[in-house]
Amino acid sequence: MLDFPVKQKLVVIGNGMAGCRTLEYLLERAPDLYQITVFGSEPHVNYNRILLSPVLAGEKTLEQIVLNPSEWYEDHNIKLRSGETVEMIDRRTREIVTATGERVPYDRLLIATGSNPIMLPVPGKDLEGVVTYRDIHDVEKMIETARTHKRAVVIGGGLLGLEAAYGLMKQGMDVTVVHLVDTLMERQLDKTAGDMLKASLQARGMKFKMPAQTSAIMGESRVSAVRFADGEEISADLVVMAVGIRPNVELAKKAGLHCERGIVVSDTMQTFDGRIYSVGECVQHRRQTYGLVAPLFDQAKVCANHLALRGFARYEGSSVSTKLKVTGVDLFSAGDFAAAADRDEIVLHDGGSGVYKRLVLKDNKLIGAVLYGDTGDGSWYFRLLREGADVSTMRDRLMFGEGQESKGGHGAPNKVAAMADTAEICGCNGVSKGAIVKAIIEKKLFTVEDVRAHTKASASCGTCTGLVEQLLASTIGDYSEAPKVKPICACTPFAHDDVRRAIREQDLKTLPEVMERLDWSTPNGCHVCRPALNYYLLSAWPGEYRDDAQSRYINERVHANIQKDGTFSVVPRMWGGVTSPNELRAIADVADKFGIPTVKVTGGQRIDLLGVKKEDLPAVWGDLNKAGMVSGHAYGKSLRTVKTCVGADWCRFGTQDSTGLGIKLEKFLWGSWTPAKVKMAVSGCPRNCAESTCKDIGVVCVDSGYEIQFAGAAGLHIKGTEFLTKVSTENECIEVIAALIQVYREEGRYLERMYKWCDRVGLESIRRAVVDDLTNRKALFQRFAFSQQFSQVDPWAERAEGREAAHEFAPLAELETA
Amino acid sequence: MSDFVDIGAALDVPRLGARKVRTAGGVIAVFRTADDRFFALDDRCPHKGGPLSEGIVHGERVTCPLHNMVIELGSGEVVGPDEGCVARHLLKVESGRLLLARA
Repeated sequence: MLDFPVKQKLVVIGNGMAGCRTLEYLLERAPDLYQITVFGSEPHVNYNRILLSPVLAGEKTLEQIVLNPSEWYEDHNIKLRSGETVEMIDRRTREIVTATGERVPYDRLLIATGSNPIMLPVPGKDLEGVVTYRDIHDVEKMIETARTHKRAVVIGGGLLGLEAAYGLMKQGMDVTVVHLVDTLMERQLDKTAGDMLKASLQARGMKFKMPAQTSAIMGESRVSAVRFADGEEISADLVVMAVGIRPNVELAKKAGLHCERGIVVSDTMQTFDGRIYSVGECVQHRRQTYGLVAPLFDQAKVCANHLALRGFARYEGSSVSTKLKVTGVDLFSAGDFAAAADRDEIVLHDGGSGVYKRLVLKDNKLIGAVLYGDTGDGSWYFRLLREGADVSTMRDRLMFGEGQESKGGHGAPNKVAAMADTAEICGCNGVSKGAIVKAIIEKKLFTVEDVRAHTKASASCGTCTGLVEQLLASTIGDYSEAPKVKPICACTPFAHDDVRRAIREQDLKTLPEVMERLDWSTPNGCHVCRPALNYYLLSAWPGEYRDDAQSRYINERVHANIQKDGTFSVVPRMWGGVTSPNELRAIADVADKFGIPTVKVTGGQRIDLLGVKKEDLPAVWGDLNKAGMVSGHAYGKSLRTVKTCVGADWCRFGTQDSTGLGIKLEKFLWGSWTPAKVKMAVSGCPRNCAESTCKDIGVVCVDSGYEIQFAGAAGLHIKGTEFLTKVSTENECIEVIAALIQVYREEGRYLERMYKWCDRVGLESIRRAVVDDLTNRKALFQRFAFSQQFSQVDPWAERAEGREAAHEFAPLAELETA
Repeated sequence: MSDFVDIGAALDVPRLGARKVRTAGGVIAVFRTADDRFFALDDRCPHKGGPLSEGIVHGERVTCPLHNMVIELGSGEVVGPDEGCVARHLLKVESGRLLLARA
C-alpha cells in the first residue's frame, strides 16, 4: 500500500443539509478516499433548515440550529468555500468554474443545490418588503421588519406559509394568510382537518383570505397593500411569498444534464453523467421530488455508499410524514388519503374536543393517515404504513391507537407532548423527557438510532421507541423514519430478509462467505450481525453448517445465563414442569456442594440455581446429568419451557392429559434454535390454569380436542394469543405446532418474537402455511424433524465431559501475587 | 524495562475470543482478533463492571455482555458517544507464547 496515495477529488456544490449529510456518511465509510471541497453560496456554515420556523418564532437562535460548525470542516480536511458561487460545470475537462472564473477540477461531483422559493409573477413583486421564506437571510429580514412594522400578508397556506405566519405573529405582527384554494395545507390535509386547523389558528388571532388569487402587490418603493383578483385590497408592510419551492436545476441544466422538474437521478443517485451525483431537494427520482428532511438523508446514505465504492445500496423512494411546527397545534399527516372506490376509510370526528382522525385502508393495509388534535399515535400509524403491515386482524381497534393494540408492560404512557420534562421515558435506563429533548437539540440528532447512541433511551427493551419517535417529531418537526426496511446493523446496507434470501439463493454456507459476498463493511461484523448470521446459516443448512461459538452471545456460548456480577444461573429441564424427589435431591445437593447462594422457582415452572461461578459450571452440569437432568435452555433463543396444568389425571375439570401432552411436546421440540425465545403452555380445560393464551404457542384442551393458539406475549408487551386451529388428536397437535415453529424458524427475523413476526406477515398467511395446505404442513414438519436430529444433543453433557469448549471454563493462567 | 511473565500458548485463546488471567490485582482479559493480534485489558467494563472476556470480539473491539458497551481493544477507550476507558496491559507474543507485563 502507498503511504500517500493520490486522492480523488470530490467537489460538492451546495453546503446544505443533504450535501453535508452525504459527506458525513462518506467519511464514516471511506475517510481517506477523497480530497473534498465544498462550495456554498450562503455565507454561513451548514444549519438545520427545518428549524428556521422556531428561529422566526423566537424560540431558537441561529447558533442553536448550526449543524456543522467550521471546526467540523477543518477536522475532516474539507475545504469549505462559503459565500462562493459556482457558475458553470465543464463536463469535458471535468472542472467547475466559480463566479471569479477560477477553475477547480473534480473526479466526482456532487450537486446539492437544493431548491429556490417560487416568486409569483405579479406586478410589484420586487418592491421593498416583499420576501420569500427560505433561508436565514429571509428570517433575519422578517424579524427586522417586525420590529418597525405592523401588518403582514403571507401568500400561501401550505406548511411553510403557516409556519411563517405563526412566526410573524409571535414577533408581534398582525398577519393575514392568503391561500389559492379553500383548504389549508391541501396536500397534507383533507377538508375537515384543514377547517379545524383554520379555526384553531383564527382563535389565536391569525386572519385568512381564501380562496383568493393575488393579482398585484401595491406600493411606491415599499409595499403598502396586496390586491386580489376580486378587487379587494389588504394593506401590508410586509409580504411573504410562501407558495412553494422549485428544485434548483439551473447549473445542471446548463451543463447539459438531463433535468425535468428536478435533476433526474438513478437509484444510485447518479445523474446521466456517471461522475456527477445529486442529492436533496434539487433531485427528481422516479418522478418524485422531495422537500422534507428524511428522504434527503436516505438519498445521502445511498450516495455516500456509492461514492465510497460500495455500489450496492439503492434508493427506492421514501414515504414521508408531515407535522406542522406551530406550538400548540397537533397535526400529523402521512401517505395517500384521497378517497377512492377501492379504499376504505375509518373516521373519528369529535368536534367538541377538537379531535379528528382519518385512516385510509387499501387491501388490508394502511396507506394514509390524517390526525388532528391528537397525534400521539402518528408514529405508530406511520410505521404500519411504511412497513405495509397487514392490519386486518386489528382493524376494529386500529383507530384507538397502539395502546389498544398492545400495551407496554410497564404501563408506558402514550401521550408524550403532555408529559413534564422530568417524566421518565426510558424505564430501563432512566432517561427523562427533558434529557432526550436536550440531546436532540444540542447534539443535533435526527434518528432514533442517534438518540439511542447519545442518551441510551430505547436502547434496551425498546418499548419506548414510539415515545422517542414522538419526541423527535415534536422537537424537530418533520421527522420521519424513512427506510422501509432497516439494515441488520451498520456493517451492511442489507436487511434481514435480503441476507436470508442471499444465503439460500447463492448457497452461502459460512460466515466469511456471507460477509464477503454481501460486501460487509467490517472485517468480521459486530455483536449485532454475527449472532443473526449464525442463526440464519444454522437454520438454512441443518447438519451442514458448523455453529460458530464466537458468534454466540455469552449465554448461548456457555449454556447458562450471565448475571450482573459475572456469575451464571443454571436451569435444568423439567419436562412439562414435572419433577421428582430424586431430581429435587440432586438439585439440593448441587446447591450445597457448590455453595450456590439462591435457589428460585421460575415463571415457567422450573428451578433456577443462581450465582454459579463460571468454572464450576461443567461440574454442576455433570452432577445434574447424573440425576438424569439436561439443559433447560433458559438462556437461549430456543424452546424455553412448556408449562402445564395437571389436566385430566387429577383435576376434576380436566378434559385431556395436558401434562402428558406438554411433556411430549417438550421432548419433541427441545434443542431447536429459533429466531427468539419460544415459551409454551398446555392447559387441560378452558379455565386455562397454565396461562396458554399469553404464550408464544399455547394449547387449550377441550372435550372434543385441542385448540392451538399462538403469537401471545406477556413481557414487554401484553398480548393475547391468536387462534390458529383446532385439532382432534395429540399427534395432529404436535404436527401443527412443529410446522408452525418451522415456518417461524424460516421466516422470523433474528430476535423477532413470534407475535411480532405474526404481526408482520399476517395471521392468514401463517394459517394457510400450516393449517390449510396439508402438503406444506407435512413438508414443514419433515424439515423440522430433520433439523432436530442435529440439535437434540445435551450441550451440558458435552461440556461436563470436556468434549466441547474446555477453554471456556478455565482461566488461561493464575498468577501469584507479584 | 518491564518484567514479563509467560501466561500460556497464544493458540489457547480462541480467535475472536478471550481468556481470563487471574492476578493479584484483579482479572485481566486476553483477547485475540481474527488476524491473530492479541490485547490485554482489565476484565471490567467501565460502565457497570461487566466481564469483557465474555463479550463478542469483532474487528479490534469487544462488546460487553451486560449492556453492549463497545470497547476498543487497542486503546481501551469506550467507542463514542459513550465515554470511559479500561486499563491496558502490555502483552507480547514470542515463539507462540503470550508474555504479560507484571504490574
